[in-house]
Amino acid sequence: MTTRTWTPTDLPSRAAEHPVPAGRTVLAELRGATKRYGRVTAVDSLDLEVRAGELLAVLGPNGAGKTTAIGMLTGLTATTSGTARLFGRDPRDTGARSRAGVMLQASGVPETLRVRELLTEFRGYYPAPLPMAAIVEAAGLAGLEHRLYGELSGGQQRRVLFGIALSGDPDILFVDEPTTGLDVEVRRSLWAVLRDLAAAGRGVVLTTHYLEEADALADRIVLLHSGRMIAEGTPAQIKALVPGRRITARTSVSATQAATWPDVQRSSVDGDRLELLVGTAEPALRRLLEADPAVENVTVVEPSLDEAVLTLTTHAEEAAA
Amino acid sequence: MTTVSSTPTLSARQHLRIYRTEAVHEVLKLLRVPIFAVSTVALPVMFYLIFGLTFADGSAGGVGVTTYMLATYGAFGVIGAALFGFGVSIALERGQGWMRLKRVSPMPPLAYFTAKVAMAVAVATLIVLALVLLGSTVGGVRLPVTELLSLVAVLVLGALPFSAMGLAFGYLVGPNSAPAILNLVYLPMAFISGLWIPITQLPSVVQAAAPFLPPYHLAQLALGTIGASQGGSPLVHSGALLGFTAAFLAVAVWGYRRDEGRTYG
Repeated sequence: MTTRTWTPTDLPSRAAEHPVPAGRTVLAELRGATKRYGRVTAVDSLDLEVRAGELLAVLGPNGAGKTTAIGMLTGLTATTSGTARLFGRDPRDTGARSRAGVMLQASGVPETLRVRELLTEFRGYYPAPLPMAAIVEAAGLAGLEHRLYGELSGGQQRRVLFGIALSGDPDILFVDEPTTGLDVEVRRSLWAVLRDLAAAGRGVVLTTHYLEEADALADRIVLLHSGRMIAEGTPAQIKALVPGRRITARTSVSATQAATWPDVQRSSVDGDRLELLVGTAEPALRRLLEADPAVENVTVVEPSLDEAVLTLTTHAEEAAA
Repeated sequence: MTTVSSTPTLSARQHLRIYRTEAVHEVLKLLRVPIFAVSTVALPVMFYLIFGLTFADGSAGGVGVTTYMLATYGAFGVIGAALFGFGVSIALERGQGWMRLKRVSPMPPLAYFTAKVAMAVAVATLIVLALVLLGSTVGGVRLPVTELLSLVAVLVLGALPFSAMGLAFGYLVGPNSAPAILNLVYLPMAFISGLWIPITQLPSVVQAAAPFLPPYHLAQLALGTIGASQGGSPLVHSGALLGFTAAFLAVAVWGYRRDEGRTYG
């Protein structure tokens, strides 16, 4: 999977068949969807849309309802109340399923079947499958076609499951933790395939534990907590929800001096670098320039998506408590 | 929300190919790990050797013991293949992500089940042929060709109702407990139905209970082909097996639907 020759233009021209103005057409949606398992509410009246041409990342801590939400969108999980729609239909409808691809954490894949046989089995379910060569290329399976599934490494097995998800040439692709166990290089090329699919007008729904993955890939992020949506927006919008900036600079200003400035939450010195944690950057920057006109190497960093998600989830937990 | 005006559908040829691929893959899986088939075939063969050939000089139901037991141990083997090759494998697979992946695809569920039934029938055929071979050589069984063929046909078709039974159990009990529970059902059921010891030699209370169990009816149908049936019209026995099959299938369909709501996550 070092050179990637697969491009979305290799995909059969389904765009003509199903014209999808990017970012507009809703491919899948939940409306007030609730799922209860006994007394546990896994998903609580969730509204969620997946649009053509977007890469949507569904994030949240374990038990937030990510997997249940995807289960309802793909028809694996029945809603307790509310509705789930895939291409405007019941997600269990065969026609709707023919246009969707799903990658799950799958146990029990027959270990005594070869990679090519597994792909053949799934390609057969779809009226217009992706050519075998395109699947092998996109999933990075070249050279593994004749290996038994049980002989593959964990990362290689993930790639087979990704290939299976692509086998029907899906208009919408659901990928649950796709890059767990993949090395950096393979992860990057899988990202490229996901981005290409979205660029080609397909919808991609991604759940992941790697927030830098969501940050790098997602057009839109939905953050779930206890089955509810607590934030939604582009990665930049999500990060902007969390106040606070980190300012660092090489300066003669001391930590104790800076600590008295407005809106400075923490102040420390590391070598000749001053580090400030502030609510908003501008007032502290003005004071810094006044106090030390010779200040050098000033950087202002917004919180990472990681920090933003952690803060938002912690707030949601505190609000619930 | 746009609705889909033209959903591509599978052509008849594509449909057929799914059924063929599923069946071929079932066979490949078995051939690549043949130990299951070996043990399923070995058990009835061993029992036939131990019980049938030990009492080879005796007679039951008006025919020689080795002939009689060709029918009853044939039924025993076929039932085992269907219950375990089918029921246990479904029970194991339904809890796994692979089955979820298949369920979420547009796979016709019938293709999956048809392949499993075909496999159970194939293993059942192997068992019956092994017993016939053994019986007609060391067992000294001499049967007219027509009787032998109808015996084989009845036994092999007997895999169908017990596949349905295996399926029902596969969906009723959990993956881990399925093998144990099926053994607890299979072995006493086989004994009471007269598959081990000719039913006429069993206590009358056991004989009275037997007609309530599906293996009894398969055994009587099989024995009927060689003129050793205890009585009762083949129509009655066939009807009973059909009734059991319908009931088991209803349970299985209910179980398959129940999984829609809960297996994920």
